[in-house]
Amino acid sequence: MYRSQVLICGGTGCTSSGSMDIKKALEDELKKRGIDKEVEVIRTGCFGLCALGPVVIIYPEGAFYSRVKVEDIPELVEEHLIKGRILKRLVYHESIEQDRVKSLDEVGFYKKQMRVALKNCGVIDPENIDEYLAFDGYKALEKVLTTMKPEEVISQIKKSGLRGRGGGGFPTGLKWELTAKPVADQKYVVCNADEGDPGAFMDRSILEGDPNCVLEAMEIAGYAIGATKGFIYIRAEYPIAVKRLSIAINQAKEYGLLGKNILGTGFEFDIEIRLGAGAFVCGEETALMNSIEGKRGMPRPKPPFPANSGLWGKPTLINNVETYANITKIILNGADWFANIGTEKSKGTKVFALGGKITNTGLVEIPMGTTLREIIYDIGGGIPNNKKFKAVQTGGPSGGCIPAELIDIPIDYDSLISIGSMMGSGGMIVLDEDNCMVDVARFYLDFIKDESCGKCTPCRVGTKRMLEILEKITRGQGTMDDLDKLETLAKEIKASSLCGLGQTAPNPVLSTLKYFRDEYIAHIVDKKCPAGVCKALLQYKIDDEKCRKCGLCARSCPVSAIEGKVKEKFTVNQDKCIKCGTCMTKCPFKAIDKK
Amino acid sequence: MKTIQELEEIRKNTLDRVNQRRDRNTTRIVVGMATCGIAAGARPVLLAIMDEVEKLNLKDVIVAQTGCIGVCRLEPIVEVIRPGEDKVTYIKMTPEKARRVVNEHVVGGKVVEEYVMHIVDGKIINDYTVEKD
Repeated sequence: MYRSQVLICGGTGCTSSGSMDIKKALEDELKKRGIDKEVEVIRTGCFGLCALGPVVIIYPEGAFYSRVKVEDIPELVEEHLIKGRILKRLVYHESIEQDRVKSLDEVGFYKKQMRVALKNCGVIDPENIDEYLAFDGYKALEKVLTTMKPEEVISQIKKSGLRGRGGGGFPTGLKWELTAKPVADQKYVVCNADEGDPGAFMDRSILEGDPNCVLEAMEIAGYAIGATKGFIYIRAEYPIAVKRLSIAINQAKEYGLLGKNILGTGFEFDIEIRLGAGAFVCGEETALMNSIEGKRGMPRPKPPFPANSGLWGKPTLINNVETYANITKIILNGADWFANIGTEKSKGTKVFALGGKITNTGLVEIPMGTTLREIIYDIGGGIPNNKKFKAVQTGGPSGGCIPAELIDIPIDYDSLISIGSMMGSGGMIVLDEDNCMVDVARFYLDFIKDESCGKCTPCRVGTKRMLEILEKITRGQGTMDDLDKLETLAKEIKASSLCGLGQTAPNPVLSTLKYFRDEYIAHIVDKKCPAGVCKALLQYKIDDEKCRKCGLCARSCPVSAIEGKVKEKFTVNQDKCIKCGTCMTKCPFKAIDKK
Repeated sequence: MKTIQELEEIRKNTLDRVNQRRDRNTTRIVVGMATCGIAAGARPVLLAIMDEVEKLNLKDVIVAQTGCIGVCRLEPIVEVIRPGEDKVTYIKMTPEKARRVVNEHVVGGKVVEEYVMHIVDGKIINDYTVEKD
């Protein structure tokens, strides 16, 4: 057990300002003073504070020393590690207590957020209905059942301006009204929890953190449209969410909040869980309904729309998890309160799952109209390792990329569509200079090609052909004609596919072509991948100036592609090289570069 | 089957349990147990806290799990709210750290400063990655 830990930043920024020399000097000094067994020296990854580097932090005190020099080391060891006094001269903040933040609520990450759908997430115990009740749980249902007529509920939702959070952005109130209209012996309420976009986990988090708010909202929807039966269609890959939903349903039944004669008002509603096997297309509403009916998960042509002929041919209301999570708050706080949040055409808040090259990976909820810049820098904490921000991918395989130059765009349904992306369900993947946009487009097309259900030809065959062209480009065999072919194919697939999956599948290609055409051209004309991702276009080269001719690379190469003699010169034989990158990681002098 | 009055009764009786403000009577310890938390190792943390609370025979301490707090990269997250005090968020917890928090903070009333967030220039620096030579 060490009594003290010294962290030295080993990120690129601090290393180039000499942090490794500091580490060496520190280790020597500790040995000289005979305390090297008591103090542990740790080289860390980048703290993201490169401008203050080289950075040294000493725990348990958490003293943060910036711009440390080799000459400072004897004094630092003497004062801090031996005498236990903080070396004021080098400490970045005068007082250490100042940088200690006791609650997450005080952090910038939370200050720009507004939690509506996620109100209870991370606060209540999701497996205890009493805790949900304590924060006004089931009060909205009580209000609706005892004081409101179904039409009044619908008009409140319409007035709030809430739009579908699953991605399409269809006005929720209108959908409820359309489903309420038809007369039928049975109607259904469905919750779409088949969250399939790579990188998205908002719905999972809501169901794991606050399952009761979705149940309550589905009951309210049932009352409004005249349905007595609900289904939650959720992926089997979400075992914790499924478990907590089942617990919530059982507890609600026990309290008489689900089932017959709810709250003694005579209203009847029951909810069943249906597990999806994880096909992406089952998030499409008509395919989802087929799946619930026990059929193969393939879309049906629209019209008829689910509002008229959905599950088993009956009028069906289908909304996404996050849409439902807003309902109870609208009922309790009023439509005007909700309509005051956000922009003119996009009301309320939106939950995003932040992922990719961003410091604060996690779940954020922001008022509509917040700019991308605020999300990435103020909430997300910026791009790690001092890399340059390149783009954000929103909307998953149906969405597109927003380039760095549009970073000040407000996030709402219409702005995102106007620049060729879409809100999508809320996955937000941040890309930096090390991401190749052609490769990103290829990734999504590869995903879509696998997930296409095969019912209609444009999607089944077209996405495969688009993928082949993209693969050809990433191998450096593309031609400029291919770009036109991609655009033609994209247009045709969009126009003629049966469902939303095919109709939006070309979006990642179209938006990257629109904003990053020069990267495509670099692959085709110069046979180069500017981000250094596409393997076929890379060459590993040895920088003769940095190379110390030790031969370690040649010995490590699994295919003996590095030729040369120790103390003379080494070169990479490009014909033999399989581009595995082993030489680059092995070289102690960073003399090998990929271009 | 509960009546509207009975539900209201439950709401009233449970409010102190979940109250996030200082005016509560009991101490609440919550552990982030969404997929992100569990993947980061929250389950052993929760078990250690429950074990420690039982071992010390602590009364008026509620241990609860909760959903995603939002900063998945700092999980496992443990939050402690003591009566009359502001909420304290501990990040990157382990079972050992959690036992220390129960002993020093929940019992002793002293916040374990080392485990709260350390923020310099807007960046949280507790979650450093160790690089191997």
